Amino acid sequence: MEGDIAQLGQFIGAGLAGIGSGAAAIGVGHVAGNFLAGALRNPSAAGGQTATLFIGIAFAEALGIFSFLIALLLMFAV
Amino acid sequence: MATEAHGEETGGLVFHPLDQFIVKPLFGEIGDPVSWYTITNVTLWMALAVLAIVALFVFGSRGRAIVPTRTQSIGEILYGFTYKMVEDVAGKDAIKFFPYIMTLFMFILFANYLGLLPMSFATTSHIAVTAVLALAVFLTVTIVGFVKNGTKFLGLFWVSSAPLALRPILAIIELISYFVRPVSHSIRLGGNIMAGHAVMKVFAGFAAVAAISPFAVLSITAIYGLEMLVAGVQAYVFAILTCVYLKDALHPSH
Amino acid sequence: MATEETEVAADAAHGAADAAHGAAEASGAGMPQLDFSTFGNQIFWLVVTLVVIHVVFTKIALPRIAGVLAERQGTITSDLAAAEELKQKAVDAEDAYKKALADARTEAQKIVADAKAEIQADLDAAQAKADAEIAAKTAESEKAITEIREGAADSAKEVAKDTVTAILSAMGFSADAKTVTSAVNDRAKG
Repeated sequence: MEGDIAQLGQFIGAGLAGIGSGAAAIGVGHVAGNFLAGALRNPSAAGGQTATLFIGIAFAEALGIFSFLIALLLMFAV
Repeated sequence: MATEAHGEETGGLVFHPLDQFIVKPLFGEIGDPVSWYTITNVTLWMALAVLAIVALFVFGSRGRAIVPTRTQSIGEILYGFTYKMVEDVAGKDAIKFFPYIMTLFMFILFANYLGLLPMSFATTSHIAVTAVLALAVFLTVTIVGFVKNGTKFLGLFWVSSAPLALRPILAIIELISYFVRPVSHSIRLGGNIMAGHAVMKVFAGFAAVAAISPFAVLSITAIYGLEMLVAGVQAYVFAILTCVYLKDALHPSH
Repeated sequence: MATEETEVAADAAHGAADAAHGAAEASGAGMPQLDFSTFGNQIFWLVVTLVVIHVVFTKIALPRIAGVLAERQGTITSDLAAAEELKQKAVDAEDAYKKALADARTEAQKIVADAKAEIQADLDAAQAKADAEIAAKTAESEKAITEIREGAADSAKEVAKDTVTAILSAMGFSADAKTVTSAVNDRAKG
């Protein structure tokens, strides 16, 4: 029974950690959206900033991946 | 052994999305011990990546044609793309690190795409692999920074444009973020690849239920498309972040 | 019985799950990524791979591609220069052609003018000749007319003298020739 409660906790924790993926999705959308807004205002400067866009997306995405990793660890490694 | 145990679980839904990442000896049983020289599926897929790179960059360009063939053209585009990235992001004096960055970029790119083949093994989904790559970048950047700038490299952590009272706090934050770099650098790549592959396996598990199997197959198709993008973008991000770190090492002043 | 059986089955399943858990723990962890026993293997092969790729790049691929790109750049530059030269030649040729055309036109105009002048000269000469002939003929004619007129006047005086003499003799008068002649001449003048 004790083990079952521990497993319950693992699964609940994994589910909660999964929220982080959604938050990362919001962050990535924010980055891309703001880039698009800026690019439409000044299209000539947009081309040189795609690298910055990808770096920003990567940073936002990485944190979401961390939460996904936590979920995986809770599910399979703990 | 683990696979058999998983099979005992309830109903038709059988999820073991992480079994695809198991490192196993190529010749012999799954349970056999894996020592450092054992030829495993890691060896196989890394060797295939090497073969693909050699095929594209060495055999593709062996004609040295002025008007390139298609294969040579792809190699030249990748060369030009990486060269321009190093030049633009890290600066002109970072060009001597171009072969180093090209090696990392091409290995990750080819490993990512080879990992997307069905039944294949994604070497870059393993934290051991990405951690070595990220640590190599981290060590290179740190050593280059100290060799090029001496103790001035520590100015990277001492933000001279901030108010004096804030500088120690900022220095601590900068120091922490500097040492977190290899962690995030490796987990970003490994996590992205592992997540994509695991999600595909989860949807593949759903396909066992007849009612939702069309949806599952469509989802796998869509996610496969997304993973094609992610494989390229993650390799690009790894390379461009390497360039950014290298720029910090060569020009530490803010 | 049935419940017992289910319980047994559930227990068996549970036991299997536990065994699986245990097996997973025995082989390192549930995640293959955290199975530290394979790290050495992966790191070794990764390093081998990276060294091979780096050697291939630095020794063969990158210098070759750089050479090809530089060669192509050189070819393009020289081709552009050649094209520029050819364009210049074409412009020169066009200029020469235009010049030749203008020369030819001038020449043609000159020839036309010469021909016109020659014709004009011939024409003038012919006209002058004709005029001279006409003038000569006119002069001759006038001279002939004058001669005829003078002849006619003399004849008329003769006739008048003869007539006067005849009339006078008929009327019984005689008159000398001299008087008659002067009288006739006076009348002819009058």
